[in-house]
Amino acid sequence: MTSSHGRGLHLAAAVDQRSAYDADSYVELARLAESGGLDFVTLDDTFARPGPDALAVLSRVAPATGRIGLVPTVTVTHTEPFHVQAAVATLDWVSRGRAGWRIDVSTTEGEARLFGRRHAAPADALWQEAGEVAEVAAELWDSWEDDAEIRDTATGRFVDRDKLHHVDFAGSEFSVKGPSIVPRPPQGHPVRVVDATEGQARRTAARYADVALVRAASSAQAGAVRAELRASAEKFGRDPDTLRVLVSLVVDLGDGEHAAEPGHGGGGPRQTAHGPLYRGGPVDLAELIAAWWHGDRTVDGFHLTPVEPRRDLERLVNGTVALLQHRGLFRTFYPGSTLREHLGLARPANRYAVTGGAS
Amino acid sequence: MTVRPRKQIHLAAHFPGVNSTTVWADPRSKSQIAFSSFEHLARTAERGLFDFFFLAEGLRLREHKGRIHDLDVVGRPESLTVLNALAAVTERIGLAATVNATFNEPYELARRLATLDHLSGGRAAWNVVTSSDAFTGENFRRGGYLDRADRYTRAAEFVAVARELWDSWTPDGLSRPFAHKGQHFDVAGEFTVPRSPQGHPVVIQAGDSGEGREFAARSADVIFTRHGTLEDGRAFYADVKARLAKYGRSADDLKIMPGVTVVLGDTAAEAQERAAEIRRQQVSPQNAILAVEQIWGTDLSSYDPDGPFPDFDPEPDPSLTQGRTRRGDSVATAEKWRALSRQKGLSIRQTVIEASGRQSFIGTPEAVAAELETFVRQDAADGFILVPHLTPGGLDEFVDRVVPLLQERGAFRTEYRGATLRSHLGLAEPGGKG
Repeated sequence: MTSSHGRGLHLAAAVDQRSAYDADSYVELARLAESGGLDFVTLDDTFARPGPDALAVLSRVAPATGRIGLVPTVTVTHTEPFHVQAAVATLDWVSRGRAGWRIDVSTTEGEARLFGRRHAAPADALWQEAGEVAEVAAELWDSWEDDAEIRDTATGRFVDRDKLHHVDFAGSEFSVKGPSIVPRPPQGHPVRVVDATEGQARRTAARYADVALVRAASSAQAGAVRAELRASAEKFGRDPDTLRVLVSLVVDLGDGEHAAEPGHGGGGPRQTAHGPLYRGGPVDLAELIAAWWHGDRTVDGFHLTPVEPRRDLERLVNGTVALLQHRGLFRTFYPGSTLREHLGLARPANRYAVTGGAS
Repeated sequence: MTVRPRKQIHLAAHFPGVNSTTVWADPRSKSQIAFSSFEHLARTAERGLFDFFFLAEGLRLREHKGRIHDLDVVGRPESLTVLNALAAVTERIGLAATVNATFNEPYELARRLATLDHLSGGRAAWNVVTSSDAFTGENFRRGGYLDRADRYTRAAEFVAVARELWDSWTPDGLSRPFAHKGQHFDVAGEFTVPRSPQGHPVVIQAGDSGEGREFAARSADVIFTRHGTLEDGRAFYADVKARLAKYGRSADDLKIMPGVTVVLGDTAAEAQERAAEIRRQQVSPQNAILAVEQIWGTDLSSYDPDGPFPDFDPEPDPSLTQGRTRRGDSVATAEKWRALSRQKGLSIRQTVIEASGRQSFIGTPEAVAAELETFVRQDAADGFILVPHLTPGGLDEFVDRVVPLLQERGAFRTEYRGATLRSHLGLAEPGGKG
C-alpha cells in the first residue's frame, strides 16, 4: 500500500461511558489517554439514547488537558448548521487548537419526533445533507480571514471588513448567509471525522473528512476501504494524503497479558453486532496494530473503543501503547500542540484570502 | 417586632459585549475571543463572590449601509461551549448563557443546558431572548418566519417544554416519556439527560417591554433590565413584582437585576474624569458619525464629527442598519440632539457623547457602594449585572475595591454558602413532577 509509513502511527480512543454525567470521570479518561500520547479521544453522541451533550463534555475536559485532541460527535440532521459550526469552532478556541468533530446523522423517526420539524429520512439523503453541513461549516470557518481583526485606531476600525465574507450557501435543505459569528479557529478548520464504514457515508467521508473511521475485522478489508476512500478523495480533487484512515475496533483487554481468546484467529478481531471486537491482551493488541500498520501498511492508525472504559483504557495506555513506544512505532511525547499537528495535517489555507499568506 | 434582615445584593458580571460599550482601542484591551480572557473575567467575578457570569449571544454580524459594521468589537465564541470550559476553571460561580428561543429547538437546548448543569455541579442559567428579524433568520434553517407578536408566545412555550423535559426524569433516575403539542411545538419521546443538580437551570429574561415583563413574571427567575434613575427603577420593580401573584409566585421568586456600568476614582472628580475619557473612547469620531447616520437614515460620511449636525430632517430607513434593534422616533431624537448641540455649542461627536449611554455609577468606591446599596434597599433592584468596558481586566477594580465595602456594610455575602446558582440567588428548588 501507499505511504502510511513515514507519516506516523495514529491512535485514538473512545471515552464513552454508560450513564456518566459528571465531569470528573471524563476528565480522568481523557488524561489517561493523554498520558499515552494518543492523537485524540472521541465521545459519541445521539439523541436516541441517554447521555450528555458530547461537545459540552469535551469542552469541560479541554482546560483540564493540554495536548490531546477532543472529538465529540455532533449530529447534523436536526441541528442548525450555523450553531454546529460555531460550537465546534468554539471548542477549538477553548482547547487552543485541539478540536475535532465527528459528523453523524439521525436516521430514526424517534429522533425526528423529539424535534417535530421533519420526518425521518433515508440515510443516503441524510449523508448528502451532512456533506452540505460539512461544506458550509468549512466556509463559515473561513468567513473570517485570520488577520481580519486589525484594531486600527487611526481609522477607528476594529476589523477589516474586506476580510469578513458572506458565504451565501444554498443547500438542498437549508441556506446560510454568514459570516460566522466566531473568528477563524486556531486550526483554521477543526478536524472533521466521519465513520465511513457504511456505504452511504463513504462519499461524504472521501470528500470532507480529515479522518475516516472504518470498522473492519481484517487488515485486508481495512486496506480495501482505505484504497477506495483515497481514490474517491482524489476524484473530489483532494490530495489523498490529506485523509487519515483509522480502523475502529471495540477492545476488550480482558484480564491477562497474553489472553487471546481461543479460536480467535491469532487474536484478531471478530465481527459482532457492535462492530469488530478485539478480545485479548494488551500485548497481542500491540502486535495486531504493528502488523496492520507497519507490516501490511493497510491503515494510518486505530480508533479503539474500550468495553470497560477505565480498565481497558488503562491497559491500552500502559500495555499496548507502551509497547508500541518501546518498539519505536508510536510517539513518546507530543511534538505539536494542535490536533492537526498530531495527525500530520497542514493548517488549511483560507478559501477567501486573496493572498496566499493566510495559512 | 422582628427586624427585617438587611437586603442582600446580588451581583453578576457580563462579558464585555460587541458594541461600543466595550473599549478596544485602550492598550489594556486584550482578545475578546481567547479563552484566557473569559477565564480571567470569570475567575475575577468568582473571587468577588458574584452570583453568576453572563455571556451574550450573536447570531449575525451587524451591518450598516449593506456592509459589515467595523467600528466595534465583533466576533465571539458560542456561549454554552465557553461556559462548559469555564466550569473547569471555576467552582462556585453561576454560568449564564444567552440563547435565542427563535433559532433553537427545545429538545436540543434543554439537553445542552441540563448537560451544563451536570458538568458544573448545578451552576447553569439560560438567558432567554427572542428574535423575529429575517436578517438574522438568513443564517438558519427556519429563516425569518416569526411574527413579532409570536416571539414571546414561542419563548413561553419553549421554556414550558424545556421544564417538562427537565422534569421528565424522576429524582431517582428513571426516565419517563414526554409529549407536548402546542401552538409552536409538537414533540414527544424521551429526554437523554437525568434530572440535573438544580432541577431546572435558572431562567433569565432580558427585556423591558410589557410582553417581556409578563413573560418574566410567569416564567423567569431573574430579569435583566435596563438601568435608569432610582425612581424609574422603583416603578419598574413595583410593576414587575406585582405581576407575580397571579402566577402563584412570591416577590422573592424573581430577581430584578439591571445591567450597569461602574467607573471608579480616588476622588469624585477623578472618577468623573475617567468616565469622560471612557466615553470619548467609546464614541470614536467614526462611531459618532455612525450614530448620527443611524438616526438620519442616510450616508453622512462627508460630515465632520467635530463639526455641526446636518440641517435637514431624518428620513428613517430601517434597512440601513441591520442586526440591531433600534426603536423610537428618529425625527424626535434628531431634534433633541440638534437642540443639545445648539444650546451647549457641541460638535456632532460631543453631542453623541453627551446624549447617549452615560455610565451608571461614577464615583469613589465608597460612594458607588453606598449608591448600589441604596438602589437595592429602596427596591429599585435586587442586584446588578456589571458590564465592564475592558476585556479582560474590566472587573478587577470593582472586585478589589467595591466588593469589600459592600461586605462591610453587611449587604453582600462574604462566602458562597451553597454550591448551586439557585442557592446563591436564594431561589427554591423546583418541585418537579415527583
